[in-house]
Amino acid sequence: EYEPSHIYLNRAVSAGAAAVVSARTYADFTNEATFEIKKCDTFKLDEGPATQVVMTRDEGLQYYRTMQTMRRMELKADQLYKQKIIRGFCHLYDGQEACAVGIEAAINLSDHLITAYRAHGYTYTRGGTVKKIMAELTGRRGGIAKGKGGSMHMYCKHFYGGNGIVGAQVPLGAGVALACKYQGNSELCVCLYGDGAANQGQIFETYNMAALWKLPVIFICENNGYGMGTSVERAAASTDYFKRGEFIPGVRVDGMDVLCVREASRFAADYCRSGKGPILMELQTYRYHGHSMSDPGVSYRTREEIQEVRSKSDPISMLKDRMLSNNMASVEELKEIDVEVRKEIEDAAQFATTDPEPPLEDLCNHIFHNNPPLEVRGTNPWSKLKSVS
Amino acid sequence: CGTHKMNLFQSITSALDNTLASDPTAVIFGEDVAFGGVFRCTVGLRDKYGKDRVFNTPLCEQGIVGFGIGAAVAGATAIAEIQFADYIYPAFDQIVNEAAKYRYRSGNLFDCGSLTIRAPWGCVGHGSLYHSQSPEAFFAHCPGIKVVIPRSPVQAKGLLLSCIADKNPCIFFEPKILYRAAVEQVPEEPYIIPLSQAEILQEGSDVTLVAWGTQIHVMKEVAAMAQEKLGVSCEVIDLQTILPWDTETICKSVVKTGRLLISHEAPITGGFAAEISSTVQEECFLNLEAPISRVCGYDTPFPHIFEPFYIPDKWKCFEAIKKMINY
Repeated sequence: EYEPSHIYLNRAVSAGAAAVVSARTYADFTNEATFEIKKCDTFKLDEGPATQVVMTRDEGLQYYRTMQTMRRMELKADQLYKQKIIRGFCHLYDGQEACAVGIEAAINLSDHLITAYRAHGYTYTRGGTVKKIMAELTGRRGGIAKGKGGSMHMYCKHFYGGNGIVGAQVPLGAGVALACKYQGNSELCVCLYGDGAANQGQIFETYNMAALWKLPVIFICENNGYGMGTSVERAAASTDYFKRGEFIPGVRVDGMDVLCVREASRFAADYCRSGKGPILMELQTYRYHGHSMSDPGVSYRTREEIQEVRSKSDPISMLKDRMLSNNMASVEELKEIDVEVRKEIEDAAQFATTDPEPPLEDLCNHIFHNNPPLEVRGTNPWSKLKSVS
Repeated sequence: CGTHKMNLFQSITSALDNTLASDPTAVIFGEDVAFGGVFRCTVGLRDKYGKDRVFNTPLCEQGIVGFGIGAAVAGATAIAEIQFADYIYPAFDQIVNEAAKYRYRSGNLFDCGSLTIRAPWGCVGHGSLYHSQSPEAFFAHCPGIKVVIPRSPVQAKGLLLSCIADKNPCIFFEPKILYRAAVEQVPEEPYIIPLSQAEILQEGSDVTLVAWGTQIHVMKEVAAMAQEKLGVSCEVIDLQTILPWDTETICKSVVKTGRLLISHEAPITGGFAAEISSTVQEECFLNLEAPISRVCGYDTPFPHIFEPFYIPDKWKCFEAIKKMINY
C-alpha cells in the first residue's frame, strides 16, 4: 500500500550505485561537510536551532533525489492537467520542496503529519509512491485513495491528508497529538497550514487547546507569501506568523533551505518530545505555480519576482551548489539521478493515464462503517446502490 | 429601456453595480472580491465605487458572516460573498443562530435584514467534494432567513436585487456552472423579481416538474423528451425561492396534473424535495395519480470521478416520468 522507511535507504543505495558509473569513485567524495545556515528568529525561546550543521553525502543525495522527484512530479501533473488528463483542482508544490523534505528528515515515519491541499509533496515524503499519487490525480483505481479523493485528498500511514477546507486540518492535528500523548508513545504530530489559513478562527482555538494541555504538536505555517492571490500584507494584521501563537514559542525559518528546515524541525521535535507542549514554526517559502492550475499566478505578482526566487533561492539548486562546491557529489552523478527521476515520473504518468477508473460499485462504498452492506438511495426510487465498508 | 447581452456573472455584477449606485450604505466584501472575484462577479466595482465599499476580507467565513451581520444591524446594506457554498459551514452558526434569529429574539428592536450572502453553488463538472455542493436544504430548515437560487442571468439580477432589498437576511446561491454558460439579454436598469413566487416556465397537463437553478435546464429537456417520446405534457416550474417556498403554485399545478417530479443535485435524504413532497401529499393527496417522484443525487459525498453517474441527469428524470405515467 505504501513504501515504508526503507524508501530512503533504497534511494541512497542506488545513488551510490550510480556513482560507480561516473568517472570518479566513491573515495573521491567528501563524506560529510559542515554548513553555516541562516539564524532563525525566535519568539519566547531562550535558544534557537543550530546554525552550524553537518550534512553527509548520503543525506545530500537523498534530499536531492527526493526534492527532484517532487519537482518533476509536480511539473508532470501540470502537463497532464493541461492535457485535461487530470481534471478538477490541482495545487502544485514546486518551489516549496525544501519544506517537506526538511521536515521529514527531522522526524520519523512513526510520527504523524497533516497538511492542507498543497499535499502531493507530503504524500510522497510520508511514503506514498509517485505512481499512486499520479493515479489519484487522474482518478484511477490504482490511486492512493482508490481514485475517490483526487488531488486534495491523498492519505497514507500516519499522514492524514490532504484537506480541502482551509484551516480545518489544524484542530485535527491537535487531536492526533493528544492521542500520541495519551498513548505515551513519544510520537508527535506535525500540523501544517498556510499563511491564508493563519487567519482562521479554528487555528486560534487549536493553539489554546494545544498549549493548555501541552500537546506534542508542531504547528507549521508554510508562508509562501500569498493566500491564493492575496499577499500576506493585505490579509494579516501581523505577518509574523511565528508569533501568532502568542503563548506558544515560535521560530521563523528560511523554508527554501532544506538544512534550515531540517535543523528547525529537529529543534521543534526535541522540544515537543521533551513534554514542553506545542511549538510553532513559520517556514518562509515560495511557490512557482499559481495557487492552483486555474491560476496563472502572475496577476498578483510579477514574473520578475518569480524569476528572482528561482534564480537566487531555488531549494534544489541551493543543495546542488552546496554539494558540488564541497566535493560531495559530481555533476554526472546528479545528472544520473535526474535521469532516473525522469524515468520514474514517466512510468508513473503512463500508469496514471492507462489504469482504469474505479468501478461504479465504488461510488457508494465507504460512506459509513457498515456490516451488512447498506442500501444507498439514489437518483430515483428504484435505483439503489450498495454501500460496502 | 436598454438590455445588454450578459452572462450570469455579468448579470450579478450589474445588480451589484445598480445597488452600489443607488444605495450609499451598500458595501461588498469577501475573499478576493476586490480584483473582481474568482468568478468575476465583482469586476470593476472597486474602481468605480472605491476601496471602502468593495474590499477583501481575510480567509475567515465565520468572521465574514458575523461581520456582515454586525454591519447590517448597524444600518449598512451588507453584501457578503462566500467563495464557494462548500465553505459556508464555518459561518453556519452565525447564519442560523445569529442572523436568522436577530429580529425574533430582540422583539423586532434589531434586525440584520440588509444582509445578503452570495455563494457559488452546484456541480460544475469537475468540482469534486468541495467545489460542487448544494447546501440549500441545511438552510431551508431555519426560519428567519430566505434562500434563493436563480436559473439564468435575467432571473439572477432580478432575484438578487430583491434579496438585497428584502428586509430579511438572504442567502443567494449562484449556479457556478452557468456563470459563463448562460447568456441572455438583461436589462441594464435595476428591476426586481418577487421572492417566494415560483415561475411556471411551460404549462402542461400530465406531470408537474419542479426544480431550481441548473436543474431547471435539465427539466426543460426532459419535458421536451417526454412530449416527443411519450406524448406526455409536462408543466415545468422553477421554484426560485427555497425558503419561504411558494406552496400555492406547486399545489395548484399538482391538482391539475396529478403527478409531481422534483429534482435536485443535493443528496436525496433530507433534500429539499422531501419537504415539497411531504407538503404536496398533505394538500393534494386525493389528486395524486402516482407517488411523488424525487430524482436527486445519491446519499454520498459529492464524488470526485463519479460525478457523471452521481448527478440526476435527464435520463433518470425521463425514467421517473415513464414510471409515473404507467403507475
